[in-house]
Amino acid sequence: MEKKIIEVSNLTKKFADLIAVDNISFSVKKGEIFAFLGPNGAGKTTTIKMLTTLLNPTAGEAKINGFEVLTQKNQVRESFGIVFQDPSLDDELTAYENMSFHGILYKVPANLRKTRIEELLHFVGLWDRKDSLVKTFSGGMKRRLEIARGLLHRPAVLFLDEPTLGLDPQTRNHLWQYILDLNKKDKLTVFLTTHYMEEAALVANRIAIIDHGKIVAQGTLSELLSQTKTHSLEEAFLTVTGKEIREEEANPKDLLRMRRRMHR
Amino acid sequence: MINTIYILWLRQLKRYFRSTPRIVGSLGQPLLFLLALGFGLGPVFQKAGEGNYLEFLAPGIIGMSIIFTAIFSGIEVIWDKEFGFLKETLVAPVSRLSIMLGRTLGGATVAIFQGLIVFIISLLIGFHFQSLLLLPLAFVYMAFIAILFTSIGTAIASVLEDMQGFQLIINFLVMPLFFLSGALFPLENSPKPLMVLASLDPLSYGIDGLRGTLIGLTYYGLLPDFLILSAITILILALGSYLFSKIQI
Repeated sequence: MEKKIIEVSNLTKKFADLIAVDNISFSVKKGEIFAFLGPNGAGKTTTIKMLTTLLNPTAGEAKINGFEVLTQKNQVRESFGIVFQDPSLDDELTAYENMSFHGILYKVPANLRKTRIEELLHFVGLWDRKDSLVKTFSGGMKRRLEIARGLLHRPAVLFLDEPTLGLDPQTRNHLWQYILDLNKKDKLTVFLTTHYMEEAALVANRIAIIDHGKIVAQGTLSELLSQTKTHSLEEAFLTVTGKEIREEEANPKDLLRMRRRMHR
Repeated sequence: MINTIYILWLRQLKRYFRSTPRIVGSLGQPLLFLLALGFGLGPVFQKAGEGNYLEFLAPGIIGMSIIFTAIFSGIEVIWDKEFGFLKETLVAPVSRLSIMLGRTLGGATVAIFQGLIVFIISLLIGFHFQSLLLLPLAFVYMAFIAILFTSIGTAIASVLEDMQGFQLIINFLVMPLFFLSGALFPLENSPKPLMVLASLDPLSYGIDGLRGTLIGLTYYGLLPDFLILSAITILILALGSYLFSKIQI
């Protein structure tokens, strides 16, 4: 049996009266690329936040690389790398400094840190710009730097929260090339969310679709297509989640904040 | 732990020293206070028999530049919340306490540096400190003010969700703390209610300690200043760490 890198069972998150994630279960095996899809406000980001120890689950269990997200936070944190939906680099530092900062936080020994930073910056094509301040970078360059940074401590799994949002097709193409490369070479496990169905269909080994906090479908692409009797992931997605346009609500916490503000 | 504190400290310093406009900009206000008040009110102060106003004022303005920079450094947590960098530190396998300590010490170092610049400017425009021996102790008080107010800033920023409350903090916290602290006027002969308010203001003890060590004039006494300041600083640092550890994003 292959090792499971992510194991989620009956995971639930409630914000006051709002159930953002409702009793979901799934698992991701080592070396898999797992796509986690869903309309806006379906619970994707909340799930990622729980898996990455940024939010505590209300109920249920989640394990990353065999470690419990609630009780073994530091081991969990060492086990994943993450590229957030919004950039999380320090704009006032150089690319190299951002990498180095990360390496020190993750206790990568100095000599190893140096060689890995060089290797990764070459890999994402930013070595020539290593001493430029990040604020001078384009969106695509920042995203590449974040991927390099997320890999610096050799995580067991890389979380990508809408990694290609707002990037041009060339950059997107490049990014996936890097990620697929890593996945093949190092058997890197990848957990990704995206709104681009064709990307998910192309790169993912398995797909789960979440809606209103519940997983409404999961399996390989062909399983999803035969379950829904459709011909493309996009059709399958629309079949299980409906064609109605969702309010552009951000994550449930923002929603709560907005409500609180209104009641002030 | 030490490495984490160090790297976060270093980050605050790098950000500060790379932002020349910020350094220069934050010198404008103290300079204006020193020149306009120091020389403007000087003659009146002298006539009232209180001595040289610039000597009296300078420690207060050094304190002012420290608390403004310190609170501002603490508040930077909100920026990092909004611009995402905070997440990078919060998912790292290090304790929240070491992140908070590193940030706070970094912010405080920057604030002390800012205080030193104002100190040097004061010397240039005619301020005299009383004893070289007590000078290191003056730096201790500067450090207290810096750490205390960076922690207050961090504590507030941990609870606030965005920059909307920022102006509120400046107007209803920083300004009152500054004006009630005796930075600008002697507390001795002030009305009773004002004295009570001043004694509730932690900055009063910082300014008093600074004035005591720099020009030998203290209202509360150097030892009480030291004890009260260290107690409050530890308390607020603990509160700031607690609130910071509770941040969820």
